[in-house]
This record gives sequence, structure tokens and C-alpha cells, in this order.
Amino acid sequence: MADKRSLYFLIFALSALLAGIIFGLTASLQYVYPELLKEYTPFTKLRPFHVTSVISWIVLAATGSIYFFLTQVENLKLFTPRLLGVHFFLFLLTGIGIYISYALGYMEGREYFAFAPVFVIPVLIGWVLFGINYFGTLRKKVRNWPVYYWMWGTGIVFMVYHISEAHLWLFDYFKIHFVKDMSVQWKSYGSFTGSWNMLVYGISIFVMSKIKKDSQLATSKIAFFFYFLGLTNLMFGWAHHTYFLPTQPWIRYVAYAVSMTEWVVLGSIIYNWRRSLPKVDRMNHPMATRFMMSADIWIFLNLILALLFSIPAINFFTHGTHVTVAHSMGTTIGINTTILLSALMFIIGKANAAFTTQQWLIKRGLQLFNVSLFLFWCALLMAGIKKSYWMYGIRQGIFSEMQDGLTMVYGAISFFGLILVISLCMIVIPLCKGFVQTVRLGRT
Amino acid sequence: MSYLKETFLGIFNNLLYLTKMSKITKRYIFVIAILLALFSVYNYFIYTSEAYTATAALSPQAVKGQELWQENNCWSCHQLYGLGGYLGPDLTNVYSHPDKGPVYINAFLNSGVKSMPKFQFSENEKAAIIEYLRMVDETGYYPNFDASIENSGWVTLKYKNGR
Ligand code: HEC
Repeated sequence: MADKRSLYFLIFALSALLAGIIFGLTASLQYVYPELLKEYTPFTKLRPFHVTSVISWIVLAATGSIYFFLTQVENLKLFTPRLLGVHFFLFLLTGIGIYISYALGYMEGREYFAFAPVFVIPVLIGWVLFGINYFGTLRKKVRNWPVYYWMWGTGIVFMVYHISEAHLWLFDYFKIHFVKDMSVQWKSYGSFTGSWNMLVYGISIFVMSKIKKDSQLATSKIAFFFYFLGLTNLMFGWAHHTYFLPTQPWIRYVAYAVSMTEWVVLGSIIYNWRRSLPKVDRMNHPMATRFMMSADIWIFLNLILALLFSIPAINFFTHGTHVTVAHSMGTTIGINTTILLSALMFIIGKANAAFTTQQWLIKRGLQLFNVSLFLFWCALLMAGIKKSYWMYGIRQGIFSEMQDGLTMVYGAISFFGLILVISLCMIVIPLCKGFVQTVRLGRT
Repeated sequence: MSYLKETFLGIFNNLLYLTKMSKITKRYIFVIAILLALFSVYNYFIYTSEAYTATAALSPQAVKGQELWQENNCWSCHQLYGLGGYLGPDLTNVYSHPDKGPVYINAFLNSGVKSMPKFQFSENEKAAIIEYLRMVDETGYYPNFDASIENSGWVTLKYKNGR
């Protein structure tokens, strides 16, 4: 049976999330006590462990959800069910391989993909297998694809492209030209994020259209308009990372112009809010809806932030500071993670009727999550503003003095980070148990 | 083997299927095709264009320095052009900084000050890292203190090497 295997992906994803946030929390302590932990938990290892784990959470949860939706909600027959198993074991083994290699100190890659470049081969193969299974499954069986099918397809294809692009540094043609190399590296990272966002936002539209039983959400002209806008931004809107590299100025002009189109997204969110909010408790999937509503708030806050720092004059002051970190934490945790947790609530509601998503721990967990993430986000913004003042107000000040001046703020970041980890555990541990139980029940 | 056959047949059938799609689907595919065409041209220019200012390609010694930089995860704490981790300072212009420069960097590398690991680089390796930082320094300024900010929200950078 192919059915349970989509749940394996989800259990794997939740484990990666738990590991990832613990690594992140430990790494953040190094900002507070620079010398204390450096012997035992080197930052150079913690960071790759953290980044790889949390990115894996996002892509694995998205992958598992998509497999589940195709097979269990839409009841489509997979093109080749066996490929799903191959995909899963390939990713599982690669993940274990990467962890072991990090522990041993092999980290020949770069920021997002710190692992030795050979590991990218099974990763790419996994995505290609997913693509074959995905397009093979939908081909012919579904006419007039709703927007989420387009988004998932796009996400998979662009994943393959941008993961490859992120490894162009392996060729001397890129590597020996520092400016080109850096801009291609950050281009690929921006678009890689855009690719997983295609998967995640597609999932959010899918879940909402199922909960509301409203297929219009995924077939209307507006839905497609936003899909194409998102795709344009995925392709051309990455360069705010590299506004200050001496690249050709046209690259930056294009990025500035393209990223300003996202004001339309902001406008539509505000417009839609004026319509009444759903009555959560009367919905089929109240917990999934609650997570989706939290995601809405985080989309709103982070979109404003992103729009502002896509303006070069503002980016000038925020670039290279923790404002960037606030944005990446706000989007990956606030938006991606809440949407994926919403999808998982929806899935467990379908797969295991005995599991109560409305339990005390999860409800309170979500509240604590929102509050602690907000404070965490604000503390990061605060650190960013202070650092920016140090960079441009004081100019050429002493780095260690600036860092020491930020100790309190770093302390706050770690503290709220700790609460955030606790709140996520309150949600993730029962959920993970629920999935394990579901898989066991399915067996007998 | 049957897998492979299945896969290829699948791809072929997909192409065949394109001709039988509904009007609206064809329209969407058309929009995607245009975007992809633009994207290809755009990528072509990005991959082939050099830096805006005249900068030399990394020397073999600098490439070695770059590799040491990458393998030892200097990027997890340090930034170049503001990109990287925030536990340590940005190193774009540390080479030409009036109070720092090569001797200072050399002294720093194996010192293990603050959260920086106590590296054990050989003299050769240190020289390679310094050469890399020298060539990075030559490409421009960060922070770009003399950039001018315009009313349109645009920032005109100050460049090295004559521009
Ligand atoms: C775990 C974090 C960390 C890693 C990894 C790290 N550094 Fe550092 N580095 C620091 C910190 C923190 C400082 C600032 C110390 C101070 O002045 O208080 C620093 C300072 C420096 C300085 C002096 C900069 C200045 O402006 O005073 C240089 C040069 C340097 N590091 C190079 C490197 C190189 C090269 C690597 C990789 C081989 C590396 N560092 C890896 C944390 C790190």
C-alpha cells in the first residue's frame, strides 16, 4: 500500500523540525556567551545542522502532504507507487548521511547546502523521481488543473533547477569570478526559497479550498493571477540580497521593479480581511483553520517587512543586519511552518479519526507559539536596528563593543527562542505521536 | 528496466497530451512559456556577465583561500558584502582597513579570539586566505558609506577601480 508512506514523510519531517529547533536554540546561546560553549558545540557545526534540518522539515512536510493529498484526498492512483518508497528511502538515507558527515566535520558546501557536494546527487534524483510520479499521476486524469496543481508542479521543477544552480560554484567558470559567483549563489538561494514557497502556498490553497468546500479558491482568475505574480517574483525578484555587490546595475533595477509588484499582494490581503472571518469552531477542521489564520497574520507582517527592504534605500540600512534574520525567521516559522502544521492537522483529521486535534496542549501550544514568535521577531528587529545604527551611525566602531552592547537583546532572542521551542514541542510531539499511531493502526 | 520504459513512455504520452488540452489550460501554458523564455534570456545574461567594475579573476592562491574559507565555514560567522552569519564582523574590506590589513589578519587566524574557533592553519594556508581577502577587497566597498541615496528609493553605489 502506498498510502502510509506519505505519512512516513511527515514523521520524518516532524523529527527534522524537532532536531532543527534544538540545534537553533543551542546555536543562539553562542551569541549570548561567545566563549562558553565553543569547545563543545562549535557554531560552525551547529549552523549547518540547524539550517539543513529546518529546510528538510519544510520540504519533507510539503512533499508528504502533497503525496497524501493526491492519494488519500483526491483518491488518485499514483503513477508508480513504488517510486514513492524509493523517494522516501533515498531522502532518509541522504539525510542520515549528511548528519554523519557534519558530525565528522565534512562541510565542504555553502550556506544553505553546507554538505559535501556529492550529497546533492541523491537529493536531485529524489526531486526528479517526485516530479515523474507527480506529473505522471496527474496527466490525463485531471482536466483543468486547479491552481495548486500548477504550483506544486512549478515548485518541483524549480527545486531541481535552483538546487543545481546553487552548485554552479563547482565550475571554475563561476568560482574564479568572485562577484558573479556570489550573485549566482544568492540568486539560487532566493529562488530556491521561492520554489518551496510554491509548494507551501499551493498546500495552503488546497487545504483552505477543501475546508471551505469552495473550489473557486483554486480555480478563479484571481488565483491564477497571483500564481503568475509569484512565479515572476520567484524568477526575477531575488536580487535584494545582492543590492550592494558591484554587479551590473540592470540586475538590481529588474529586482527592484519586480519586487514592487508584491504591493498588489498586500493590497489584496487587506481587501480580503474586510470580508468576515470564518467561524472557526463550526468548521470541519477547526485546528487546521486556526493555524491557517495565524499564517495570515505572519504573511501580513513579513510582507510589509519584505516590501520595505526591497526598496534599495531601506535595504541599504537593513542589509547585513538581523532585520534580514527577522524576515527569514518570520517567513519560515511564521508562514511556512504554520501552513504546514495546518496541513498536518488536516491530514491527521482525515487519517486518524481517533486523534483529537482540539486537545489542550495543541491549542495552548499555538497561542504560545504566536506570542513567543512575535516577541522573538521583535527582538531580532531590535538587534538589527541597533546593528544598523552601529554600522552607519557610528561607522567603523569596534565590532566586539557592538556585540557586547547587544548582549541583552541576544539574551531576549534566546529566551523567546526557548519559549518558541517549547510551544512547538507542545504541538509537534502529540502530532508526531498521532502519526506514528496512525501508521501502526494501518498495519494491523 | 521496465521502470525506465514506463518513464519514457510517460514523458512521451505527456507531450502527446499537450495537444488535447482545454483552451484555458493552453492559455496558462502559454503564459508560463513566455515567462520561461524571459527567464532563459535573463539567466544567460547573469551567468555570462562580469562584475560592473574591472576585477581580476581569482588567482590560484586566492582560489585555495576561497576553498579554506568555504570548508572551514568562515561564512557561518563572517559576511562578505553583508552576506553570511552575524556572529563575527564583515570582512569585505578588512584587508585595506587602515588599522587592520594582512599582518593583523595573519595574527587573527589562529588566535581563537572570542567565539572564533582556534584554527591551526599553516603559513601557506594563512597566506592563501589573506590573498583571497585581498582580492575580495579589490572588488568594491562594503558597507558602501559613500553611496548616494536617491528619492526614487534607488541607491547609487560607489565603486572601486575607476567607476
Ligand atoms: C564561530 C564564529 C567564527 C568563525 C567560524 C570564524 N570567525 Fe573570524 N571572527 C569571529 C569573531 C566573533 C571575530 C571578532 C572578534 C572580536 O574582535 O571581538 C572574528 C574576527 C576575525 C577577523 C578580524 C576581523 C576584524 O575586523 O577585526 C578575521 C580576519 C577573521 N575573523 C577571519 C576568519 C576566517 C578566515 C575564518 C575561517 C577560517 C573565521 N574567521 C572563522 C568569529 C568567527
